[in-house]
Amino acid sequence: MSDKPRKFKGGVHPNDSKALSAHKAIEAAPLLESYKVIMHQNIGAPPELVVKKGDAVKKGSLLAKAGGFVSVPLHSPTSGVVKAIDKVPGPTGISVPCIEITADGEDEWESPFEPIADWKNTDPAELKQRVWDAGVVGMGGAGFPAHVKLSPPEGKTIDTLILNGAECEPYLTADHRLMLERADDVALGCAIIARILGLETGVIGVENNKPDAIAALRDAAVKHGVTVQALPVNYPQGAEKQLIYAITGREVPVGKLPMDVGCVVQNVASATAIVDAVVKGVPSIERVTTVTGKPLVDPGNWLFRIGTPISTALELAGGITEQPAKLLLGGPMMGIAQSSLNVTVMKNTSGVLLIAQDEVSQYTSEPCIRCGRCVECCPMSILPATISQAVENKRFDWAEKLNVMACIECGSCSYSCPSHRPLNQHFKRAKVEIQAGLRKKG
Amino acid sequence: MSEETPSIRLPDPTRLVVSNSPHMRDKPTIKRIMFTVVAAMAPACVAAVLFFGVAAVQTLLLCVLSCVFAEEGWNKLVKRSSTWKDGSAILSGILLGMNLNAGTPWWVCLLGGALAMILGKQLYGGLGYNPFNPVLVARVGLLIGFPGIMTTWDKPAMGVMAVDGVTAATPLGLAPGETFVKDMLLGNVGGCLGETSAIALLIGGAILLWFKLIKWEVPLAFIGTVFVITGVAHLVNPEAFHSPFVHILTGGLLLGAFFMATDMVTSPMTRKGCWIFGFGCGLITSLIRLWGAYPEGVSFAILFMNALTPLIDRGTTSKPFGFATPVKGEA
Repeated sequence: MSDKPRKFKGGVHPNDSKALSAHKAIEAAPLLESYKVIMHQNIGAPPELVVKKGDAVKKGSLLAKAGGFVSVPLHSPTSGVVKAIDKVPGPTGISVPCIEITADGEDEWESPFEPIADWKNTDPAELKQRVWDAGVVGMGGAGFPAHVKLSPPEGKTIDTLILNGAECEPYLTADHRLMLERADDVALGCAIIARILGLETGVIGVENNKPDAIAALRDAAVKHGVTVQALPVNYPQGAEKQLIYAITGREVPVGKLPMDVGCVVQNVASATAIVDAVVKGVPSIERVTTVTGKPLVDPGNWLFRIGTPISTALELAGGITEQPAKLLLGGPMMGIAQSSLNVTVMKNTSGVLLIAQDEVSQYTSEPCIRCGRCVECCPMSILPATISQAVENKRFDWAEKLNVMACIECGSCSYSCPSHRPLNQHFKRAKVEIQAGLRKKG
Repeated sequence: MSEETPSIRLPDPTRLVVSNSPHMRDKPTIKRIMFTVVAAMAPACVAAVLFFGVAAVQTLLLCVLSCVFAEEGWNKLVKRSSTWKDGSAILSGILLGMNLNAGTPWWVCLLGGALAMILGKQLYGGLGYNPFNPVLVARVGLLIGFPGIMTTWDKPAMGVMAVDGVTAATPLGLAPGETFVKDMLLGNVGGCLGETSAIALLIGGAILLWFKLIKWEVPLAFIGTVFVITGVAHLVNPEAFHSPFVHILTGGLLLGAFFMATDMVTSPMTRKGCWIFGFGCGLITSLIRLWGAYPEGVSFAILFMNALTPLIDRGTTSKPFGFATPVKGEA
């Protein structure tokens, strides 16, 4: 492993606006009267409900069990009564099933499993089972079950563990604060995951714009026998493939997974969730989320329990001074725009972001002037301008030939386009069309 | 909950915009790019006015006006929305003016503007769709239509008030050995408005490079190729061929290499493609200048390479990230 990180080709440097919340310590959100826990919080199969309306639950009680291997269980954020199995708007705008829990205010704890104090001498398989039982998912945004990544199939050898602390999305500071305030746990989490994978050590990759977090992690890393790698600031540094390249120099082949090049990438927040699960016996029921944006009175970072409505998050941040143009879950580059304040915090909600009116204007898309800025910044080295024209002509076969499937939807091309073309949108559409075509063929 | 705490204001969900990511945009717009290029043309325009006086102002103004009116007239005719404010027609007008002689008759300027905007651009669908550089289409059209007018150049008079009617040939048309590099650097030589002052053009080129509006590969490959080929020719036969410095500093080479060949719409998007494009432009320019029927070949060279641009782009598409390393044991 080299000392100097490689710079991946392309990338953009948007104004990061992290100063709004980077200095704010993580604050635990107060106990609410009710929580609406969205059932399906992971990529893969939805979990199976094990409670019914009227059941009494405690903090940490199992609400739903894993509905398959690529699925995770769900636990109650507090003690109380299951008021209803209801529907709430999900992050994509579609109504999704949720479990509404009326809190009794006691916040009584019921451990679903015992802490594993001596994890260093525990069977890795047992540790992995714990990660699964605790319902840990990729908390950087994807929500991919953590235990699946830790279970490489036969024939694939993993030799490198990378913790993703790049946090390259502008505005977001949740991972930054977590690495700063729980540096020891992040490093410990890295060591635990390394043990599960049968590795000696792991690398924590952090963008250079968080020097305090890097310093804190370096101190902690020595203790736990892991290393910290400072990375150049370049969006999308935190994209899995780009991160692996920066740290190991390996290119994940198009359509393949990190494990195909011997790597496992986990988010730093997932690592602390794993520490909680293993060392403290606490399932994944809370996470650090950045609530930020220029229209907010008091942006900051909060420790929310899952099922907390976005409206509560915004109230904790002091409410707004002006009507924002957009409400996003996630960062401004890849976040999902919301039309309701009833969406609730999920395991993968890294940020709640308000975008001011003057930060977005309604652009009309103009013709491509072939300036090549998108080609320059594409981290996957495809030709966004040409693919976009193919999509406009509904030639999805062309788009496929031009490797649209390699697109990671980072949005760098749309960000840089002087004609404000909806490039990212075109590629998402092309991918859906191509996949639909494949399904039709069988 | 908000009723209990009326002092805290929450967003009105009905007024939230829902759109696809990304939700941030970089600053440059088409308009900004176009007007930056116009600004980069300013030193050369000032030099042209200093050397050629009122005649230069008249030519530039007429060209800009004719381009803007031709574009807007066409938009009206085919019922498209107005586009002149994006600055591309204004830029084309200035570039066209720089490609004409100071004393060009007014009707040639107007015809040139119409040719550039309608034949060169709008017939293909407007900005972004034209395969050829519109200004060069107009220039070549006028050159073929009115060879006399297009190849007689006013000799510049130092000072604001120029004396009209003193004509001179482009140094490229003279016998080798008659030209002076210092005069050419400043611009005290015959030629069209944009061909005279090399220093002003280099300043403009530097502005474009600074703002990353052009890819440096194009001018470097273009000028470098001309320098090498004409240099070799000069070394072999100094009697028949100009020194490479004369070739670089005269004619439309600097104007062409920095402002015309680098036109975003008609040049390749890939870095590798830009090298090929620049080299091709340089090669054809050199061939025409050394052995062709015209003393000048920049316009033809760029137009020819414009036609090859789609092919170059296709041939130089880089492999996507992760494409070059297929997994072992995979079919």
